[in-house]
Amino acid sequence: MTAAPARASRMATLGAVLPMPLFVLQPVLRRIARRITREHAEVFARLGPHTQTGFVIDPVDFPFALFLRPEPQAPDFRAVRRAHLPAHEARISGSFLTLLRLIDADVDGDALFFSRDLVISGNTEAVVSLRNALDDVEGSIAADVAEMFGPLGRIALRKLRQAAHASPPTEG
Amino acid sequence: MMTPRLTLGPVAYHWPADKKIDFYAKIADEAPIDTVYLGEVICSKRAPFFDQHYSEVAERLIRGGKTVVFSSLAEVMLKRERKATKALSELEDYEIEINNAAGLLTIDGRAHRIGPFMNVYNSQTLGYFAHRGANHVCLPVELPSSSAALLARTASELGVGIEVQVFGRASLAVSARCYHARAHGRTKDNCQFVCEEDPDGMPLTTQDNQPFLRINGIQTLSHSYVNLTDEIPAMVDMGITDFRLMPQDIDMIEIAKAFAAVLHGEIAPQTARERINALEIGAPFSNGFWHGQAGHRRIEAMGRSLG
Amino acid sequence: MTVAELICPAGTPASLRTAVDAGADAVYCGFQNATNARNFPGLNFSPDELAASVRYAHEQGTKVLLALNTYPPDGKFDLWKEAADLGARLGIDAYIVADVGVAEYIRQNHPGIRLHLSVQAAASSPEAIRYYVREFAVKRVVLPRILTIPEIREIKSEIPCEIETFIFGNHGLMVEGRCSLTNYATGLSTNMDGVCSPAAEVHYVRDDQENLSTRLGEFTIDRFGAGEKAGYPTICKGRYTTAQRQGGYYAFEEPISLNLARLLPDLIDAGVNAFKIEGRQRSRAYVREVVSSFRYAVDQIRAGNKPDLADLVALTEGQKETQGAFRTKKWR
Repeated sequence: MTAAPARASRMATLGAVLPMPLFVLQPVLRRIARRITREHAEVFARLGPHTQTGFVIDPVDFPFALFLRPEPQAPDFRAVRRAHLPAHEARISGSFLTLLRLIDADVDGDALFFSRDLVISGNTEAVVSLRNALDDVEGSIAADVAEMFGPLGRIALRKLRQAAHASPPTEG
Repeated sequence: MMTPRLTLGPVAYHWPADKKIDFYAKIADEAPIDTVYLGEVICSKRAPFFDQHYSEVAERLIRGGKTVVFSSLAEVMLKRERKATKALSELEDYEIEINNAAGLLTIDGRAHRIGPFMNVYNSQTLGYFAHRGANHVCLPVELPSSSAALLARTASELGVGIEVQVFGRASLAVSARCYHARAHGRTKDNCQFVCEEDPDGMPLTTQDNQPFLRINGIQTLSHSYVNLTDEIPAMVDMGITDFRLMPQDIDMIEIAKAFAAVLHGEIAPQTARERINALEIGAPFSNGFWHGQAGHRRIEAMGRSLG
Repeated sequence: MTVAELICPAGTPASLRTAVDAGADAVYCGFQNATNARNFPGLNFSPDELAASVRYAHEQGTKVLLALNTYPPDGKFDLWKEAADLGARLGIDAYIVADVGVAEYIRQNHPGIRLHLSVQAAASSPEAIRYYVREFAVKRVVLPRILTIPEIREIKSEIPCEIETFIFGNHGLMVEGRCSLTNYATGLSTNMDGVCSPAAEVHYVRDDQENLSTRLGEFTIDRFGAGEKAGYPTICKGRYTTAQRQGGYYAFEEPISLNLARLLPDLIDAGVNAFKIEGRQRSRAYVREVVSSFRYAVDQIRAGNKPDLADLVALTEGQKETQGAFRTKKWR
């Protein structure tokens, strides 16, 4: 994987320069969803009725968005085109690095919302439930996912964390 | 079953002394009201404007056949508020209504009323206060009828009167900050009593031009007027003993007459509602709190008469 | 000098462990129902989670305070009783209560466990506090966020119990336990249901100029221009119009957070026994950063040093901070 040199320090924009067909991503996302389901069953109790809710997670600097329906038996997690979003009840948008810091338990969701680095729409209760449920996961989901890809995954996460800290959310 | 009583809560707003004196004179002479609550409940700074008139007003009301009760401040923090609360709890010639726990410290042994700011939400709390000498409780304005019915049953077993606000803007919040002064760019200490300009509260409107709230100094009230005319027969049945009208800057004599007529079974709630509508108050009516829904809502109740 | 315990928020088991590890002297938390004032979706503790959390906290020498700080409406009192009984079985160190009926139930049934008077009881005078101490053997009062330091000092000299004050977090000026604004707009009550601006009733609406409107139920409570900092979606933090103030003004207060870091020595000197950090609804990242910063600050003060405090502003609402009521009474 090589990024355009001018953007080398900004791994977040990686996706923007990779004309990746979505079907390549889907099996990876399925694996991530299955793993989180297996190892963090407590998330679903906190979600309550919102295990049936469709979420669009939208890294605005990516060429595609993500769709999540966190059903414990059959979690649905896939990449989707913004022009053809599936029916959903809630949407969370922000830069990729902002969203990464959120699932890396590195930054406070309210603080991101106050600074408007994070934008939410649709069913606010669903978003708050998801945020609180993920925040109760010990360690970091980002680290868990990186672990799935072994040493390469760990390196990638380290680089991304560096990038995230090099471009922190807007300060007030 | 005892005869239900109509009461008039304390004036929440900062009306000029003359206006208040005239208001109570008319109430004394013309309003079919059983009990009148006097006293400054909202802002201790306002109290000196009317203190010297209370005994005269109280006597006038008593001559008019009313029971007079003095209500204490809802918020007690400053020296003058602590002193006022203590003085009120030592008032000998009148019944008193306590609106802040500070007033309970020295009340020991003396019969007293518990006001709507004291948060009596359940029978356990009611029983506790009754055991300590409370003989009458006004429920919080947001309490739904399902809980009020249970409280009324407990109150009747304890021989305690139970009161519910049936008319007027709902008190929704109190604060340490004066929002009237804030709107005029002043501090509370330098408010120059600007609240006097709004005898029915200062309107707050949403940025979509929807009337929403009313400011009265440190107090925030609803834009809508609580109006439980249709609910009165059911309230009497469940054992509510006292029905509180909150003074607003409108024809309160007509309001009192309409409610009294429903309470005494003389007219149907529907008729009372039509009479009140004819006053063209300029604010919507609400009864959502009583029905366990958003307070601003108007729920159609099954109106029937007391026969 | 008082010991000045650090009392920290725990919205989930993970944030409880985070607070304990970051140096909390005590954590406060609640069950997943209306018995506490942060009854938010996805937050709080199941009985099993609280049991494990109490064990974890006690192993590290941290106390656990159970918030039972709402007002049970008649007909639902059993839920509060069960929560109190469960807390006692799980070994919590103190209850935080507001309702007189709940206080009386605990005094009679769990007399061995400390009772703290919640800020929701709005006891803001020595007389009110002494009343609760006399009637229910309250050991500590959480003071409303509306008093200045000289006022706190004076109260302390007149009461026979400990004082806890808020030092960081959401800055509310409405008298707590006396606010029905949320219920007026939504039908859910802060006092009875433990919610303030329930998320299910909050809607963010963006227009084509990137203005963000916050709606609570049927009311637009604020509108933010493109790029303007946002705040909590509560009625008391909203902007409205009135005759003198057209175009939308903060009728009640600015979206601003309380931060008393610089006043800690004065508060200790005034006799404050415990410092409370607000934010059970906030994330682990917030808890970690705020608790460790204040742990450092309190330890430095105890050692007689002047703490150099990390900048906590980014975590605050509207990303602005204030010393609120505590410094002066001009804001009133």
